[in-house]
Amino acid sequence: MSANTSFETGIQLDIQKIRADFPILQTQVYGKPLVYLDNAATTQKPKLVLDAIQDYYTQYNSNVHRGVHYLSQKATGAYEEARKKATAFINAKHAHEVIFTRGTTDGINLVASSFGRKFLKEGDSIVISAIEHHSNIVPWQMICEERGASIKVIPVNEKGELVLETLDELLDERVKLVALTYISNTLGTINPVKEVIARAHQQNIPVLVDAAQAAPHLPLDVQDLDVDFMALSAHKMYGPTGFGVLYGKEDWLNQMPPYQGGGDMIKSVSFQKTTYNVLPLKFEAGTPSIAEAIAFGAAIDYIQEIGISNIQETESQLYSYAVDALRTIDELRFIGEANNRAASISFLVGDAHPFDIGEILDKQGIAVRTGHHCTEPIMQYFKIPGTVRASIAMYNTPEEIDKLVVGVKKAITLLNG
Amino acid sequence: MTIDERQDQIIDDFAIFDDWMDKYEYIIQLGKELPIIDEKYKTEENIIKGCQSKVWLHADYKDGKLYFTADSDAIITKGLVSMVVQVLSEQTPQDIANADIYFINEIGLQNHLSPTRSNGLLAMLKQIKLYALAYQTQALKAS
Repeated sequence: MSANTSFETGIQLDIQKIRADFPILQTQVYGKPLVYLDNAATTQKPKLVLDAIQDYYTQYNSNVHRGVHYLSQKATGAYEEARKKATAFINAKHAHEVIFTRGTTDGINLVASSFGRKFLKEGDSIVISAIEHHSNIVPWQMICEERGASIKVIPVNEKGELVLETLDELLDERVKLVALTYISNTLGTINPVKEVIARAHQQNIPVLVDAAQAAPHLPLDVQDLDVDFMALSAHKMYGPTGFGVLYGKEDWLNQMPPYQGGGDMIKSVSFQKTTYNVLPLKFEAGTPSIAEAIAFGAAIDYIQEIGISNIQETESQLYSYAVDALRTIDELRFIGEANNRAASISFLVGDAHPFDIGEILDKQGIAVRTGHHCTEPIMQYFKIPGTVRASIAMYNTPEEIDKLVVGVKKAITLLNG
Repeated sequence: MTIDERQDQIIDDFAIFDDWMDKYEYIIQLGKELPIIDEKYKTEENIIKGCQSKVWLHADYKDGKLYFTADSDAIITKGLVSMVVQVLSEQTPQDIANADIYFINEIGLQNHLSPTRSNGLLAMLKQIKLYALAYQTQALKAS
């Protein structure tokens, strides 16, 4: 019944030890042990991250950057320490290039709004790809509409890979920015972002990378990529929700107007004139998410301790194992079969609606995602209502993949019965 | 049969099943057995778009009663939809507008009605109530 366990249990990682760090993984649903395979939506949190939130509120809750008192200084220290950790994590040149946001979507909206207002003119365009998440489509549509600009799309092939041959043609002198996801949340495709960045830079076009799905799975190096903007979310990296990072090259960020007004982004205000603060505070209006920032710092510590390269290697083995195991189901077809894939696996079974499969898996304790995963355009391209998506994290095991396979087979029996 | 009598009948039907597999098998069967809408009514206009699956709903008003037909592209949703139609079709607008739909909770499928998993079912019930209210108002005006 279950796929055989030819999986070489990670020489890099002790998965059982990692699992013990995540209290929620002990949960039972409908009397069965939880199999959590919806990590692309959000990851679970290790105890260390939960403790960081608790410690902040119980020991040094205070506003940052303002108070001269002890608690405020302690909070400010921890908050800025988190920025340093994030800076190191993505290998940014300067800590002030790391802007704290509410998440990837917020980061992209910041660039769309601020960069767009400054640099987009009528007749200009923004290049995105056909496999973008709505968060990397809609903000561009909104600012393009406002500025009389348009969106151009890099197409994909039937495997879900970008058709890069079209890129040079798309990148004309009216293109002001390329916005591209690193890893597709739906298909798992890993895009050749370094190559796209290099080719865009030949035309002096900056590139924004949506690294929401990449950050927990592979090493990020903004200097090596030479990327101009990069957005990511803490909650997909074992950190808290409502928090993220926007990286931007100093030069671009300095040229851009503030995104929102108020709080830390101000240097001085009179009714005649407001002077804006320097980076990164210029883009951090209002009281920030202090507990979340500190907990995100703890999540980065946790990932760094295990080692992102170790995570990448172990997950890559599990990913191959999952693809092979699912392939044993005759009725199953993958949606997206890019040569270079990670983290998410999308599939359909016969002509069953993905919701039906997801519903029956749920009753077996298996959490997957069903639907269009906020990537409607790619669903339209494949002419499907949605997919069943299993997405892995470092704490998933081959045994959980075996349960998924058994679960899908049970769903097929039930639906065909 | 009144709306409540029909609900109670469905609850009785489900009482014989012990585990979720049997319940789902029954729902899937209901979904498969019922060609519950005329293809010509599967229009954009009649679509109730949930997050996960689509539901089409059509209403006819005859001799003081409302008649519903519906369909869904997901079979489990279709099974649930067919139960809703069984309960609420051929009833007066007033009875529908005042109806308390409790059978879904009673048969242990309450998670179908949580906001994120309603998949059009909640929206469908709301739409049915809206039809009922509209015809109720019409009837009041006519009298």
